[in-house]
Amino acid sequence: MESEFTAQLKMEGDLPVLELCGDINGFAEETLNEAFDAAEAQGGTEIRIDFGDVTYINSTGIALIVGLLARARKSRRAIVATGLNEHYREIFTITRLSDFMEIR
Amino acid sequence: MNDKPTLWKRFFRRSGAATVEMEAAAEQQASQGEVRPLDIPPNDPLLAYVTSSPGVIEVDKLNLDSPTLAAMRAEGIKLTLPLVSQGELIGLLNLGARMSEQEYSSDDFRLLNNLATQASPALRVAQLARQQLAEAQERERIEHELRVARVIQETLLPKQVPNIPGWQLDAFWRPAREVSGDFYDFIDLPDGRIGILVADVTDKGVPAAMVMATSRSILRAASERIVEPGDVLARANDLLHPDIPAKMFVTCLYIVMDAANGRLTFANAGHNLPYLRSREGVSELRATGMPLGLMPGMFYEQKEVVLNEGESLLLSSDGIVEAHNTKREMFGFPRLQALIGEHSGELGLIGFLMDDFNRFVGSGYEQEDDITLVMIRRLEGNLSGGEGRESRIEDREAEVLGEFEIQSAPGNEREAARQVLGVLDGLGLSEKRLKRLETAVAESTMNSMEHGNEYDPEKPVRILVRKNGNRLMVQVIDHGEGGGIPESTTPDLEAKLEGEQSPRGWGLFLIKNMVDELNFVPGSGRHTIELVMYLDQVEDA
Repeated sequence: MESEFTAQLKMEGDLPVLELCGDINGFAEETLNEAFDAAEAQGGTEIRIDFGDVTYINSTGIALIVGLLARARKSRRAIVATGLNEHYREIFTITRLSDFMEIR
Repeated sequence: MNDKPTLWKRFFRRSGAATVEMEAAAEQQASQGEVRPLDIPPNDPLLAYVTSSPGVIEVDKLNLDSPTLAAMRAEGIKLTLPLVSQGELIGLLNLGARMSEQEYSSDDFRLLNNLATQASPALRVAQLARQQLAEAQERERIEHELRVARVIQETLLPKQVPNIPGWQLDAFWRPAREVSGDFYDFIDLPDGRIGILVADVTDKGVPAAMVMATSRSILRAASERIVEPGDVLARANDLLHPDIPAKMFVTCLYIVMDAANGRLTFANAGHNLPYLRSREGVSELRATGMPLGLMPGMFYEQKEVVLNEGESLLLSSDGIVEAHNTKREMFGFPRLQALIGEHSGELGLIGFLMDDFNRFVGSGYEQEDDITLVMIRRLEGNLSGGEGRESRIEDREAEVLGEFEIQSAPGNEREAARQVLGVLDGLGLSEKRLKRLETAVAESTMNSMEHGNEYDPEKPVRILVRKNGNRLMVQVIDHGEGGGIPESTTPDLEAKLEGEQSPRGWGLFLIKNMVDELNFVPGSGRHTIELVMYLDQVEDA
């Protein structure tokens, strides 16, 4: 049913990039937060999150992303989202997540 | 008077009758002789004579060509004494020959005349008392029957107005007499919409009430078999026409209301035009058509209007606009229209109108005609997503596309969404709208598994996919308590980001924004929500 969620941290120069894959739901919480911890540990002022291989985000997944955004605001980091498909771009717009992160 | 009369008969005239009868007035005396009533034809000269000649009349000396006089002589009547009260003949006191066989003396005459003078008023009073008693009994009987008729008629009116989420309906009915020719009705139509009608039978009272009962049955039967209001009126007209009494007819306004989208389809058989109160002001809604029952084969124009949030419609019968005050001024349509525009919404519109009406006609007003008012108002604050609305009754007969159960376990919501999408081939939903539905189904199922079934594997979530015309409906049913959908507010993202609120709480908000309607299904005994997508919806941004 749900595809296993993975989050890989890659560096593009000094920019930490989280490559997410699979479903972002309640099961993804631990993996996502650990990956974000690792990304934050890289320092810098921006973290890019690549949603290109994300197959599904539910309301719990939205809550997880809100949690990441809250953490980023505390540490004064910008979040940039890439790879969102049209449907999730719409959801990010409806939920106003797009007001607090750049979507490319 | 020393001698007993051998015959004492009293004549009396029935009010307005053309005959005067003779009957036994004192049966004890009459038992001594045979008493036979005598009919006096109205053109008998005796009648005019006794009326104009006070005092004792000697029958044998009277020279009149009167059949009654001949009959009286044959009965042995010697004297007749007209009993006159206030110029009206109320009886004749007849005496036969004296038992001593002597002639009546002048003293007898004087005594009899005195008797007539004193007896006549007393007799008149007795007659009136008896007449009034009879009339009172008759009136009581009629009033009792009318009270029963009114109770029966009230059973033909709706017991209550429909309770439709997002709508306010109200009705007022006050007959001018015990019973009424006015009526209104709310009809649950087979397709789930609601038929609303106001009708007015010509005349008032019992004749109108009897035609009202027939008309109501005919209109109900027609509305349950026919969808279009114009066709309903045409059918009712054809059924009513052969049976309605001459010079009677029925005006009727019939509206079919779709509560889901505010669309009102209506036709009018010569009834008062309904008033639409919108943001632009108060206007009349016109549709042409002859009153019901006048002639067969009539065509009824059908119109459509959408009632937007905050707008209302008032249906009325003649009774309010044709009422007069003590200065003989008529209430009138302009006043009604102005009042509808002035109504602030603090008090219900009907209460507001009747308050003004009562002030206009003043105390002691004797109602001239039956009054009926029906108000339809679409409430403000209906969310565009339809949150909290009741599912449409007509959708209960929809075509089933798929039905399945999903075990309550974390993550199974995706399977639910996958199965729903699997039965939607060929419906023409765009990829974008399919994705929205997928999200809505998944979120709904997740809610049901978590909150309704508490992730109990023994309690599956049931999903029903159906289609009715251009409406695709997905019902998600869990084991929770029935009822509506909790109010969803737009999550406060700033507060969540500041840690002032939980980052969660997006489910219902997402569902609401993904579908065209979010409804609840009452009366199923299970908590059921219904997601609706319009299949003919043009792709939106």
